[in-house]
Amino acid sequence: MRRILLSLLLILSGHTFAATVSEATLDQRVTEVTEQLRCLVCQNESIAESQADLARDLRGEVRNMLASGKSEDEVRQFMVARYGNFVLYDPPFRVATVFLWLGPAILALLALAMFVRTLVRRGREKQAPIQTDLMEQARKSLTQSEDRP
Amino acid sequence: MKTRALIPLGIFVVLLVLLAWGMRRDPRMIPSPLIDKPAPAFTLAKLHDPEKIMNVTDMRGQVWLLNVWASWCVSCRDEHATLLELSRRKLLPIVGLDYKDKREDALDWLDSFGNPYDYSVMDKDGRVGIDFGVYGVPETFLIDRQGRIRFKIIGPLTPERVTHDLIPHIKELQGA
Repeated sequence: MRRILLSLLLILSGHTFAATVSEATLDQRVTEVTEQLRCLVCQNESIAESQADLARDLRGEVRNMLASGKSEDEVRQFMVARYGNFVLYDPPFRVATVFLWLGPAILALLALAMFVRTLVRRGREKQAPIQTDLMEQARKSLTQSEDRP
Repeated sequence: MKTRALIPLGIFVVLLVLLAWGMRRDPRMIPSPLIDKPAPAFTLAKLHDPEKIMNVTDMRGQVWLLNVWASWCVSCRDEHATLLELSRRKLLPIVGLDYKDKREDALDWLDSFGNPYDYSVMDKDGRVGIDFGVYGVPETFLIDRQGRIRFKIIGPLTPERVTHDLIPHIKELQGA
């Protein structure tokens, strides 16, 4: 029991330490937030990496917002209100996006189900009992042919 | 042939249809979340008379067009003839938002190529552009009498887009 408590405490203390360090500089927070936002001009890059003018402007905007005390969530809301859900790399889980989120898992499950069904059916066919009366006829005809001169 | 054997073919056809539909769409055209929402507030200096300012609410009561452009924007030159033609028809007021530009360059540009705008304002640092969700110049917004954005065109205006997309919306909003 004591060991469990001790390990829990050690894990939690590590987490708190990491939290205070990541709150350290404004720069880091700006990078963190902008890495999660898609640059609409260069759509394969995040706002953190993109060299586009708009990306630079938005990094400045994010910096001002965070410096003035806005939360990361408020920054995200600001972006979505202007540019739509596409600006987020993780779109919100809503009725409109439920297929986007669950689609791959559903398809994978379907494929797995069909695969399993095929395997089971094949397995059943292999175990089908050999028809005994046919075997008897075969044996009879074999022995009869041996008797004949 | 067992019908079950046709299932993979059926799935393939469905995927093909989805692909055909998806490939026709332009990924650069991102739908705006501002449609049917009030146009973002702005108070900006006029291009030709920087001492004077214009407020977005000045246009209340009218159906109007906000065209975001810049002298450094090459695509804006592509749409300029169409924009001039549209302004000549005097269908509705057109406000030009000069985005992240130098005043001198903007004035020179309008002098050289013609000025289709009833009003011109300057968005020097691009913050009004950010509020409008502008990510690629030129962009054109159709705004109704109550100041709500009702339609947005991303990219240069062409005669086809004006005739098929813009004019019907304008007529509809003006009738209201």
